[in-house]
Amino acid sequence: MSDVSRDTMLLTTPFHSRVEAMCDLNDWGNWMGYTTPNAYFDVELEYFAVRSTTGVFDLSPMNKYRISGPDAERYLDRLVTRDVSKIGIDRVGYAIWCDDSGQVLDDGTIFRFSNNEFRLCSYQRADDWLAWNTLGFDVTVENVSDSIAALAVQGPTSCTVLTLLGCHDLNQLKPFGMAHYTFEGHPLMVSRTGFTGDLGYEVWVPPETAEALWDQLFELGHDYLIKPFGSHALELARIEAGFLQANTDFMPAEDVVRVGRTRSPFELGLGWLVHFSKPLFNGRAALLKEQAKGSRYRFALLDVDGNKPAEHSFVMKDGKVVGTVTSAAWCPTAKANLAYAQIEMPHGAVGDELVAEIYYQRELHWTQLYAPCKVIEGPIFKPPRRWQTPAPPH
Amino acid sequence: MTDYDAVVIGAGHNGLICATYLAKAKHKVLVLEARGVVGGCASTREFVEGYSVSDCAQWLSQFDSGVMADMKLKEMGLSLSAPKATISLQPDADHLIIDGDKVSGAGVDTDDAAAYRNFRQMMQRFAKVLKTLYHGRPPKLVEKNWTDRITLMKLGLGLKLLGKGHMQDLMRLALINIYDVMNEYFNHSAIKSAVAIDAVTGTNMGPRSPNTVYSYLHRVTGEYLSGSGTTQVMGGMGALGDALAASATAAGVEIKLGASVKSITKIEDKVSGIELADGTQISSKIVVSSADPTTTFKTLLGYHQMEAGTAKRVELYRNRSGTAKLHLALNGLPSFEGLSADQLSQRLLVVPPLDDMETALNPMKYRDISEHHLFDISIPSVEDSSLAPAGHHVLTALVHYVPYEPSQGWDEAKPALLARLIDQLSAYSPDLESMIVASELVTPSDFERSHGMTGGNWHHGELSIDQALMMRPFPGSTQYATPVDGLYLCGAGAHPGGGLMGLSGRNAANEIIKRGALS
Repeated sequence: MSDVSRDTMLLTTPFHSRVEAMCDLNDWGNWMGYTTPNAYFDVELEYFAVRSTTGVFDLSPMNKYRISGPDAERYLDRLVTRDVSKIGIDRVGYAIWCDDSGQVLDDGTIFRFSNNEFRLCSYQRADDWLAWNTLGFDVTVENVSDSIAALAVQGPTSCTVLTLLGCHDLNQLKPFGMAHYTFEGHPLMVSRTGFTGDLGYEVWVPPETAEALWDQLFELGHDYLIKPFGSHALELARIEAGFLQANTDFMPAEDVVRVGRTRSPFELGLGWLVHFSKPLFNGRAALLKEQAKGSRYRFALLDVDGNKPAEHSFVMKDGKVVGTVTSAAWCPTAKANLAYAQIEMPHGAVGDELVAEIYYQRELHWTQLYAPCKVIEGPIFKPPRRWQTPAPPH
Repeated sequence: MTDYDAVVIGAGHNGLICATYLAKAKHKVLVLEARGVVGGCASTREFVEGYSVSDCAQWLSQFDSGVMADMKLKEMGLSLSAPKATISLQPDADHLIIDGDKVSGAGVDTDDAAAYRNFRQMMQRFAKVLKTLYHGRPPKLVEKNWTDRITLMKLGLGLKLLGKGHMQDLMRLALINIYDVMNEYFNHSAIKSAVAIDAVTGTNMGPRSPNTVYSYLHRVTGEYLSGSGTTQVMGGMGALGDALAASATAAGVEIKLGASVKSITKIEDKVSGIELADGTQISSKIVVSSADPTTTFKTLLGYHQMEAGTAKRVELYRNRSGTAKLHLALNGLPSFEGLSADQLSQRLLVVPPLDDMETALNPMKYRDISEHHLFDISIPSVEDSSLAPAGHHVLTALVHYVPYEPSQGWDEAKPALLARLIDQLSAYSPDLESMIVASELVTPSDFERSHGMTGGNWHHGELSIDQALMMRPFPGSTQYATPVDGLYLCGAGAHPGGGLMGLSGRNAANEIIKRGALS
């Protein structure tokens, strides 16, 4: 009966044979067209591996673009809102990019390999937008997503495990730095980056060495309690760490069809990434106007009373709805019930006291809860090890 | 302190008009023209010794009467012929004659004549509605702006006053094609073709292309605003350019010829002036470009100097043209079967039936040369002896459809096409060929080179609904301002568009003054 083409089915990553072998729960999800584990054995235990020992996450489905040529820096500088000239060689920068209306298309990271060569990692496929952006620039943009496999190796013992793998002096690598090694005769790049807010690294290799990398990591990391973690544990870690997720906390502007559903960097609390000192970047004119006129929304981090996650809650002020929650979780290490919310101006300033309308169900019984909450300055979870150089030993 | 308040790129009619209105508002204005003559598409050229032709536009039919008066063009020496009749040549020499609302010849009966009169009257009513839109900046639909709201209210009122039937007709017709409209209103094949050619002149469209009713309405609206009918400029179209330049100079505008702008310069995020090909830098508060949008944004500013969305819009802007120009120097007045010598001064058409018009378009799509062509002919020397030696004449013709660049290249294709065109005309004028002293074919790519018009499109971009009114030249760059601070558009690429109308230039100046861009 099955003459369905396999071409139309979800793809697998270069690590799939190993991921599948360890995915005890057989709980799979679709991440940007790839088969990825939601959880391997237990979401909480996977999360605690990231916070206490080492967690490994397959991030191969990330979209990766090689951007090279004499105008590569100028090209990226016009593309993203931050000043790319300030990203040094072998350094990584978090960046967002907007359309001409100053609405966020996506966020991602820019890796600088040399004066004229960069890698842009994005959540969304961006081939079309990146191609249009080449008009007028001497630059080549290649989608290299399939030719690079990547693992996030995150947690307090991650530096030690990777050092055992042969990444010598890795403890000297500063946050957002890159280091280059050889693994099984192939190049292996390590960047001190991640989406967990912990000490952690991302390891980038050619796909042909992916399985060997996984095997050796888990063998060498055994004594350091290395565990794989899936999308659900990552979600918990990233909310605790204060990271935004495209398609969850904002809609990429290109995917939006309804008027007013896009968000500007200011409305996502990312104004610090907008460098008006640059004379030109996509969205600049619109963002200058917004800065003068005021934004529609404010991105707020809420500390919510109680232990019920304020998922999809309306946020109220004096009985009136002033916003909605985009992400929420009870964060085990921070021991805080956190929520990200988009709040209508002028509400949502730090210190503002609001109420989250939470609905939860126990055995088919729904309960409505009005949980007081307070807008806080930034993430509560910020372990010193995340920023320490040399990275603390274990 | 800048050298000038405004630098206007291009001394075409819109550039000169915009500059004049700005200068009259006490601003210091410089107009830079790459060519050695003023006028842009309104220029006369001696294409061979002793024989001069209007080297781009050959008829003046859409020039706004208000601009004409403001610029005092008559006082500046502009002299126009009486309105021309349109004579559509028929193979059997029983030609179709259209004079104002009257149509005769070619077996036209009273029903045909009535149909034509009714059609023209309907079009005049529509033109009256569009006048509201043409005489000001195009209103944006979504922004809460009172100027725009008033324009929209006037437009709405105008539509309402048409009455239900006509309002429905306008809404229904505006987006379809001239082929269907001709078949709906007329039975007479030659009338259909003679009207339809006005819908496709200067475009890349055939009678069955969507948007051809809009391009026809554009022309009719221009004729309504002009009120002069189709006329010939005495001394050649260059006399219009000269009169405009004289008016501009009298208003205090400085005009530099042979000054080719290499780039529009920016300091930080604002336009700071221009740099000439010889390296001269000129600073100004604003730069107003009458060059076409592609030349302005892509060539003069550079895609790397604007946000990517704008670069994308410009790159997608359609500005191909299928119109070429034939210039003939003649040692006598050719005879056309069925036409008196007097009638040779009128506007002569050679247009096949609608289906053949459409067929003539097809090869161009594939960069081939068509077997048959459409001609819009002028023999200006009949009425204006200054254009050729005594007893001699010049003939000019707009020729459709000619590709921008045929696949075999123009070097190879041009002599053959020129011979083919002369051959086609000889069917109506057997002695024409024997009188030819010199000939010239100006292709769309020649126009691009000689007049700096991308694609050789003299509307500075296809006149279709998606590139018209509040979307001209493209969203984000309407109402004469552009996404680039300090850069304005005043050419045919801006609303309302091309056709020697003068309104893009005047509206741009009004908008610049109203915005206080120069204060």
